[in-house]
Amino acid sequence: MKRRYLIVGIVALGLVVLGSWLVRSPDDDGYVEQSLDSGSASAELLERGRVLTRLANCHACHTVRGGEPFAGGRAIPTSFGTFYSPNITPDAETGIGRWTERDFWRALHLGYSRDGSLLYPVFPYPSFTKITQEDSRAIWEYLKTVKPVSHRSSPHTLESPYKYRALLRVWRALYFREGVFEPDATKSAAWNRGAYLAEGVAHCDLCHVARNDMGAAQSSPDARGGDVLEWYAPALNRPEEAGLRNWSAESIVDLLQNGRTTSEPAHQAATLGPMAEVVYESVQHAPRADIEAIATYLKALPEAASASSSRDRTPPRPATLAPILDRGRKVYEDRCATCHGDAGEGRPPATLALASNRSVTMDPAVNVIRVVLYGGYSPGTAGNPQPFGMPPFAQDLSDDQIADVMNFIRTSWRNDGALVTPDQVFRERTGPLW
Amino acid sequence: MRALRWVATVLCLSISSFAHAQNSPPLDSIAQRARPCTACHGEQGRATPEGYFPRIAGKPAGYLFNQLTGFRDGRRFFPEMTFLTERQRDDYLRALAEYFSAISLAYPAPVQTQASATALQRGRELVINGDPQRSIPACQSCHGDQLMGVLPATPALLGLSPDYLIAQLGGWQNGTRHALTPDCMATIIRELSSEDIHAVTAWLSAQEVPADAHPQAGFKTEPPARCGSIEATRE
Repeated sequence: MKRRYLIVGIVALGLVVLGSWLVRSPDDDGYVEQSLDSGSASAELLERGRVLTRLANCHACHTVRGGEPFAGGRAIPTSFGTFYSPNITPDAETGIGRWTERDFWRALHLGYSRDGSLLYPVFPYPSFTKITQEDSRAIWEYLKTVKPVSHRSSPHTLESPYKYRALLRVWRALYFREGVFEPDATKSAAWNRGAYLAEGVAHCDLCHVARNDMGAAQSSPDARGGDVLEWYAPALNRPEEAGLRNWSAESIVDLLQNGRTTSEPAHQAATLGPMAEVVYESVQHAPRADIEAIATYLKALPEAASASSSRDRTPPRPATLAPILDRGRKVYEDRCATCHGDAGEGRPPATLALASNRSVTMDPAVNVIRVVLYGGYSPGTAGNPQPFGMPPFAQDLSDDQIADVMNFIRTSWRNDGALVTPDQVFRERTGPLW
Repeated sequence: MRALRWVATVLCLSISSFAHAQNSPPLDSIAQRARPCTACHGEQGRATPEGYFPRIAGKPAGYLFNQLTGFRDGRRFFPEMTFLTERQRDDYLRALAEYFSAISLAYPAPVQTQASATALQRGRELVINGDPQRSIPACQSCHGDQLMGVLPATPALLGLSPDYLIAQLGGWQNGTRHALTPDCMATIIRELSSEDIHAVTAWLSAQEVPADAHPQAGFKTEPPARCGSIEATRE
């Protein structure tokens, strides 16, 4: 037993040494000195920085509910422990007021803090490394203009061994490759802009790609979507999840900019949970051309091979489905049909169709279970300032009733979703709501 | 004959479309948008003291708006409410507040109280006279002579369940409910003991709501404390 610990220890040490050798020093940061006019940044650069800061969604993670913008402190729960975002206002003592533009570039491009310590990849530098030096400068100059706030965040509360930052060298050696986005000359300008924004600035991968046990995005093109803050972020390249190849660019832009889309009968959707936050805090504020570019890129994503059953946690269909569906139909007629229609056809824009709606039939079923339990409004946006909402049913229906009605909906009107169990519903009654 | 058939067809069509319209009232309304609220707060926001969820119908719009932004911005803590409000703009939350504020409905009878006569007497005393020695103002001095609230932003204290009232005063006591700064209720709560809170909520929840109950138009005398929730509506 002791011997095994010794071996594990030696291997870990070896990996750290190997990691240190593989990881580039912060001085080797590829930073290009520019002959900048040392005066204040131009209005154009600041505006570009403002837009990029929105698209990178810095505000959402670096601001607590109702708190000062960018002053940090938001708790980010993960399987490794809870991270608390730092203050990124220009306050000298508690923010990044003493940082230089080059320090900021090293954080974005290489994941180093100003003092040379390694940043945890919960800060999405594996995506931000694709950001160009010019854009890094624009974001930096913009952040220098926000109101400085004196606020020191709580230290992270991480499980062992994750609290040892030195181990990040191993993680980086295994999973991190730095490099600014390289345009693909065979693709259109819009595609390239969209790829740069989606893969780099907006870091869609952080949520929409499944992670391995070490929290790194899986590199397989057939990776499933990711689990994020109790929700499931569907894969963007799977037709049965959030693949967009068959959508019109118009509908994609509508969803990303306004938080919901009902213009195409076959492609109705609304954002809820963490994606509603992304629309509300980030994408709705972007120029339409940038959202269109992201749509161009998403629409062109190659389709993943069809879903493997390994993740399919749903039980096989019982031979006697009829009684379940009868009970489910009664709940449906009583609680759902007034708004969603007798045949799940929906009454857009107030309610979406449940028939042929992949959000309803998707596996895992966690999102649709949470929507039935807690309801929810799509985000209030400039294009949809008074969104309709789904009422919550957690206070009103039992786990059995919710499972029954969901099984009725997931198997009716040519829907072919897997069955859910009352246990699955029960699991979603605990834990944080966002 | 052909004309008759034509008339009959038109008649049938219009009847069926009329019937269809009746089955499917237009959904593009504030009432439809408020359905997530009424799931817990009762049809038209009429929740009764039988349950926990408070009635919202007829409360001052300024009060309801302050609560909605309070859940959104972290001054009040009830995850389900935060989840529904956290990504909505002020204008929308104000429209929902005004919708419920404008609904006028009769109040049901209060629930039977379990409190002792001594507790009820103590509660009545605090509500009507306060306790000047401990700088506790009377509830009536801010919440109106009828205790049915004061426009624009002070809520009614009658017509609520004892559980809800205790949870709110307790929330102020343990820091999970805040009003806008200066938080006048927080100052008052600090002076109240647990027995005081029990007595006040027992008496309030046992009161019959007057038939013509509605928020008072304004303060008759200057309220005893500065309240951020009222000042915010004057900006």
